[in-house]
Amino acid sequence: MSTRRQAMTRLLAGACLGFAPAIVLATPAMRDQAIAELTGGRPVGNGKVTLTIPAIAENGLSVYTTVAVDSPMTETNYVRAIHLLSEENPIARLASFRLGPDAGIAQVSTNIRLAASQQVTALAELSDGSFWQDSKPVVVTLAACIDGG
Amino acid sequence: MALANARVSMPDRAAPGEVVEVKALMRHPMETGYRLDAMGRPIERHIVERFRVRYDGREVFSIDLTQGVAANPFFAFFLKATRTGKVTFIWEDDRGEVTTVTKSLTVTE
Amino acid sequence: MIRALLLAAALLAAQAWSDPLPSGTIWLSDALKAQQLDPAVNPGMLWVDAGARLWNEPPVTGPSPGATCAACHAAAALTMRGVAARFPAVADDGALLNLEGRINRCRSEHQGVEPWPYESDELLAMTAFVARQSLGMPIDVAVDGPAAGHFERGHKLFHLRQGQLNLSCAQCHDDHAGRRLRGDVISYGLGNGYPIYRLEWQSLGSLHRRLRACSLGVRAIQFDYGSPEYLSLELFLAWRARDVAIETPAIRR
Repeated sequence: MSTRRQAMTRLLAGACLGFAPAIVLATPAMRDQAIAELTGGRPVGNGKVTLTIPAIAENGLSVYTTVAVDSPMTETNYVRAIHLLSEENPIARLASFRLGPDAGIAQVSTNIRLAASQQVTALAELSDGSFWQDSKPVVVTLAACIDGG
Repeated sequence: MALANARVSMPDRAAPGEVVEVKALMRHPMETGYRLDAMGRPIERHIVERFRVRYDGREVFSIDLTQGVAANPFFAFFLKATRTGKVTFIWEDDRGEVTTVTKSLTVTE
Repeated sequence: MIRALLLAAALLAAQAWSDPLPSGTIWLSDALKAQQLDPAVNPGMLWVDAGARLWNEPPVTGPSPGATCAACHAAAALTMRGVAARFPAVADDGALLNLEGRINRCRSEHQGVEPWPYESDELLAMTAFVARQSLGMPIDVAVDGPAAGHFERGHKLFHLRQGQLNLSCAQCHDDHAGRRLRGDVISYGLGNGYPIYRLEWQSLGSLHRRLRACSLGVRAIQFDYGSPEYLSLELFLAWRARDVAIETPAIRR
């Protein structure tokens, strides 16, 4: 899709969802910038992280999401934080979970809001300062009987 | 009736070192600040910004939320049972409202 | 022997005819189904919890501040079990009452306080709490005797083409149940999980709220919350949902 068409789609998606026209939806670049801020520019590896999210979300207002990180969660080797990021929502960061060895298992779940179909990214920061990620695409459908009531 | 209302599910007993699952649900509109009311005016943002878990007085888990978290925020996570004590769950929203739920965890063999 | 066989065949035919319709829950995604079934995750339970608290709280104002629900009805888990399964029902004075109406009658007649408005936190919480006590029980409403007239009106409304789109309830919810409407699957419109947590509302909501949304959907007149039209329709829907298990609070899109 050309960037002009993408921009138009984004604007229409925003308008349909009742957003004030001035609201700007995020872009993959904004998400990448958010990641860079979190990692301090350090490299992000693929692996260790599993993001579980439906391929088709029935309603963007609540999408059940689970992130699991492969880690022994000992005093010296644990997950420090798990961040959820969006490339299409008005803000790139969705939630940041702060863990430690007291968590026992590095797995968190929550319901997120997705403004439009997009890639969702889970970024994990380990105690050794390394970063790992997993991304999954989600198609966001709107309810057929858009309520108004 | 107070808007703030929360429900936490977790076992009340565990063996030392056992990892227990916690499910926390809280009543909150998580108003994004992007929606417009019937008159076309923006509805002010009103969200929970932080969720903390204190175990025996020490903060062991926390979440920074944005409006990207769904209304009536739900979290599932894990906690390692080490000693008997109170586990306190605290939600803080952007208007200074604080909701607290306290559970007891008994840790024995 | 022949008579016995004929009787058995007739009974089997009657049973097949009245097999319960499937609840809309079967068309939820696995993730949403799992959320609905787990009270630790189902957001509707927040209202059920609130209802449990209200059950034991005296009403805010009124001549008898001590008249809590518990004062008359003791433990809801015992006394309210099966109640939601037989509503809507006709009161002694001939009025058709749904659960919300019955709760509000108790408030005005026995507690001496104002009724709770539809979609108020309190009414949603109490309705969800009472209905929850019938979880898993089959719906079984009376449609004969004093209910007959209301049932007929509900039946008529369900089959009446309405609105600018000129659609009747039956055309979607009987003829096209199980088929897709854009991203959604059309259910049988049973109403066995109400009040529901609707993702679209980001909140718990009543059946009448959903009916109003349906009316809006076909661009028909939206009747008032608690209107006789929606009440008679609610009775008809409950009859259609006979033997379907109550699932309050259900999660819907």
